Amino acid sequence: MLGDLGIIFVSTALLISLALIYFSLHEVKKSNNVIPKNIYNFSLFQLTFSLLSFIVLLIGYIFSDFSIINVYENSHTTKPLFYKISGTWGNHEGSLLLWINILVLFSSLFLFINKNKNKKFKIFTLLFQNLLIVIFFIFLLTNSNPFSTIYPVPNEGMGLNPILQDPALAIHPPLLYIGFVGSSIYFSAALSALVSKIDAKSLATSIKPWILVSWFFQTVGILAGSIWAYYELGWGGYWFWDPVENSSLMPWFVMTALLHSILVLERKIGLYSWVIILSILTFTMSVTGTFLVRSGILNSVHTFANDPSRGLFILTFLILMVFSSIFIFFKYAPTENKNYRILSKEFFILTNNWFMIFFLAVVLIGTLYPIFLDTLTGTKISVGPPYYNFILAPFLIPLLFLMTSGPKHKWISSKIKNFFNVVLFLSIFLFLIAFFLIKENSLLLNLILFFSIYLIIQTLFDLYDDLKSRIINLSRIISHLGFGLLIFFISINHIFSQENNFNLKPGETKETDNYVIKFENLEKFSDSNYKSIIGHFKILNKKKLFKENLKPEIRIYNKPMTVTYEASINSRFFSDTYLTMSNISNSDIFNIKFQKKPFMNFIWLSVLLISLGGLINFFNRKKSI
Amino acid sequence: MLNIKVKNRLSIFIGLSVISILIIIFIFKVLEDNVLYFYSPSEINNQNDVIFKKDIRIGGMIKNGSIQSNKNEIKFIVTDFKNEIIVSYKGTVPALFAEGKGAVVEGKLRDKKYFVAKRILAKHDENYMPPEIKETLEKNAR
Repeated sequence: MLGDLGIIFVSTALLISLALIYFSLHEVKKSNNVIPKNIYNFSLFQLTFSLLSFIVLLIGYIFSDFSIINVYENSHTTKPLFYKISGTWGNHEGSLLLWINILVLFSSLFLFINKNKNKKFKIFTLLFQNLLIVIFFIFLLTNSNPFSTIYPVPNEGMGLNPILQDPALAIHPPLLYIGFVGSSIYFSAALSALVSKIDAKSLATSIKPWILVSWFFQTVGILAGSIWAYYELGWGGYWFWDPVENSSLMPWFVMTALLHSILVLERKIGLYSWVIILSILTFTMSVTGTFLVRSGILNSVHTFANDPSRGLFILTFLILMVFSSIFIFFKYAPTENKNYRILSKEFFILTNNWFMIFFLAVVLIGTLYPIFLDTLTGTKISVGPPYYNFILAPFLIPLLFLMTSGPKHKWISSKIKNFFNVVLFLSIFLFLIAFFLIKENSLLLNLILFFSIYLIIQTLFDLYDDLKSRIINLSRIISHLGFGLLIFFISINHIFSQENNFNLKPGETKETDNYVIKFENLEKFSDSNYKSIIGHFKILNKKKLFKENLKPEIRIYNKPMTVTYEASINSRFFSDTYLTMSNISNSDIFNIKFQKKPFMNFIWLSVLLISLGGLINFFNRKKSI
Repeated sequence: MLNIKVKNRLSIFIGLSVISILIIIFIFKVLEDNVLYFYSPSEINNQNDVIFKKDIRIGGMIKNGSIQSNKNEIKFIVTDFKNEIIVSYKGTVPALFAEGKGAVVEGKLRDKKYFVAKRILAKHDENYMPPEIKETLEKNAR
């Protein structure tokens, strides 16, 4: 019953979208400058029906209606309510419906909220956005229908993969989706800007809030995924350069570039074409990411099931989208003449863009090359952290330096200010203190540490100056400060992380250089959806004579039958103690991984700080121009 | 008859293209030095110039009854049903690591029959088999 209702809602929404395309095409030919009421009404209906279809699926999950195959395959009556809800987007079909809902939501919001008075621009944006919506609705109905029903109705569902039953991962997909899919609206707006030939300033002000919103959610979404990987995957790392992670990072680079170049466009100094190219590229990267993750070429938790037809559909769509964008771009290519002076704010903003594009190229090649090589020659390779660390780390130094010196410059033209100032000396002083405390030999790491300290100090001084002059660019200061802190703490974390691997029987003790680890005993525990064995460990820090208790778990979930190893993390202000245990074939020997991870909380906070900058800018838009 | 503006643009365009090409060559050079190659036990056995210095990945099934643990390490045999390699490993194993299941290990070869693993790659789903292993097993079944 619910399934039928869902299909009716989805089909209605599809028909309304088609109607919107028809009306938009009709409206474009008219010369008046008023968007008729019926377009607003249809957009509202479209949003209503599309949200209703999602609510139907949500109800199906909450009340465990197993007549819907999607619910049967991904849920279970004993699952906690929270995970029943998050199960809605914890699978391919459901997440596609969420994807479409965000497309529709942004389409309506843009139509209603955007203050731009140019009718042609708005109508074309609506047109392009609805083309996307229609394509994804068709994909949903023909290939990935979340409302398909099953008969006879099963009594019990198959359950959700236990490692997805986690608060961070429950919110991770919606966050990332707002980022990914949110970029669709400025993709549509960019194409529309070409066709309707609107001026630089109105393009900039129209798309800026959407870039900020999607960038903010993308950043927070990546953070949630990273935190989840840290405590759930049990290796103690937070970023693995896994192709799936890269898929979320690639649009982030372009969004960040866009976020900076839009500042130049806003002041009518130039970059009109460049902003349009970046807007197209962002959504292209989002769809590429979706393709990589959903097609099943990658081995990951995001690959819900291997179905080549899905990959083929997204790939065809991707190719069509890229080629039609390129076609539209060249057909309506804008002309602009602008000479850039080397010493000006816009020049430094442009260098940010070069770095972002370079990072994008590095990650894109690292992610795609193994796939191409495998398809073309059958040679199987994988590209891991060494490649990314080797190639990206040295480029952090000039990036950090430019982030320190760039923002001080004025628009159009500027002069070099006194380079040897109190900030530099204070930074050198602080770095020397850090150097003697850390005693790190690597020149590269030392340089990165120094330049991140320099950026942090300079940004704090900038904040002080701004406070004095009462013109505060708080968003820039907070985001740049966050980035400096992030790089600083990642480096420190990298230098001071410790890891010990060994095997123990209950009752035994292991002594390492700095710690005594005692495996006291085992305890059995059971919950509604799993049974578990809890290991009790006492860790003694030999130098500080500090004791902590850690309780890693081995969980056996009942639906579906899955074993998971739960890390036990004692997270304190400066450092995390991280312990996982595993057991093979029910022997009495347990494999232990013991780690000290300093400054983990500071890494998370730095990323939050970066994203906060975007949020502040979003709410501060009117004042900043 | 190119005017100065067009000439300037052209030189900027050519300059940027050259820089981009150089950067891409640089990226690929670094990539080449840092990739991990994947082999099956049979490929290791049949190959003459086996890599000992660099990290590689080996994939196959974990032989039934082959897992042994002692105080320091875990030992097991990875097989593709034609050839076998003994793997030694320290640390925790992924949740779905078990005898008779597929696994991919990352580390260095000591000799053609002995491998020291740094990492066992996690699988997320019990029904999932890494495509590399599936392909190797299919090849050997023929």
